[in-house]
Amino acid sequence: MNVLEFTFLVCIGSMLAGLLGALTGLGGGVVLVPLLTIFFKVDLRYAIGASLVSVIATSSGAAAAYVKEGFSNIRIGMFLEIATTLGALLGAFLTAKVPTSAIAIIFGAVLLYSAYISRRTRPRSLGDNPPDPLATRLRLNGDFPTTEGIRHYNVYRVPTGFGLMFGAGALSGLLGIGSGAVKVLAMDQAMRVPFKVSTTTSNFMIGVTAAASAGIYLSRGYIDPGLAMPVMLGVLAGSLIGTRLLVRTETKRLRLVFSIVIVLLGLQMIYQGIAGKI
Amino acid sequence: MKNSQEWTDQRFEELIANLLRTGVGLSATVVLIGAIIYLARHGFSPANYRVFHGEPDELKSTHGIVRYAFQRHGRGLIQLGLLLLIATPVARVTFSVFGFARERDWMYVGFTLIVLVVLLYSLFGSFLIA
Repeated sequence: MNVLEFTFLVCIGSMLAGLLGALTGLGGGVVLVPLLTIFFKVDLRYAIGASLVSVIATSSGAAAAYVKEGFSNIRIGMFLEIATTLGALLGAFLTAKVPTSAIAIIFGAVLLYSAYISRRTRPRSLGDNPPDPLATRLRLNGDFPTTEGIRHYNVYRVPTGFGLMFGAGALSGLLGIGSGAVKVLAMDQAMRVPFKVSTTTSNFMIGVTAAASAGIYLSRGYIDPGLAMPVMLGVLAGSLIGTRLLVRTETKRLRLVFSIVIVLLGLQMIYQGIAGKI
Repeated sequence: MKNSQEWTDQRFEELIANLLRTGVGLSATVVLIGAIIYLARHGFSPANYRVFHGEPDELKSTHGIVRYAFQRHGRGLIQLGLLLLIATPVARVTFSVFGFARERDWMYVGFTLIVLVVLLYSLFGSFLIA
């Protein structure tokens, strides 16, 4: 395969990943690395580097749209970014120490987990509980616009959320993904942030988290321009199209199909990791 | 009082949105220009990413990338575009420091500065030990 053909095919694949990621809300990053390593036989480190760059592009692009709608909570985002960026530094340092086969197995496990989390129902809100003193001190409680006017919400279990976010950052730095699934888990399940706020705030945070490990990836030589170029442009184009289509598309069945694809890729990553092929 | 704070919050968020959009747009444009040069020159060379050998020095450090890009190397320009992309969230965080300072929210000025230090360390500090 020559460079022109390779660039074209990787660009098409990345575009599809970005499109599906945006339509299903599962993020394109999780399927990019398996796509590059399993189908294009790219070394795992180059794949992780290219994926991480595309994560920054889609997160920043989407965050620009979300911030204006007033759903994302900048204070929750900034406070938790302390945890995610420190975690991302740790993760990026670990990528050089952990063998690629182990990274592949962890990656597979995260894929399976992302598919699982996308299928489960969301917890009911704790609307009437008294506000958490720590959350109040940190000014994390907020409100967001709904069709029935402004809705106020309280945030709970801040230390648990902070700890989970450190883990999310470490996974992001280790695997070159946004780890949106873990971020949403931390905010939804632990801190009881409303769904709309948690998803948009998570998106807002992903770019900053990824930037924290990107500098280290760059200095290690994991980011190859020839590979990152089609991946970044493809994912960006795909996710922009996806966000436009989102309003008019029935995504329930699509989510199911995409979850199945993620499970299969996850199993394949684990298999290849155990077999020592990655 | 409450209203004026909400106004600055909203205005602040709009500025951040524009900053992010501009950063991504600028970066994608530079990457695209680099891609055209790169593909025109090397389109028919074989593509091989099976084996990891890391990038050469001129594509690994900030000043190396800038110098290489200004010599109009396709790969250098792509890498410069990617560097702009990585710098976009850093700019967003820097901007937030001023945003919180204007609201006299010193606790959040502190939090944001911590995040900024971590980001700058990753972008510049890691070259010292790598």
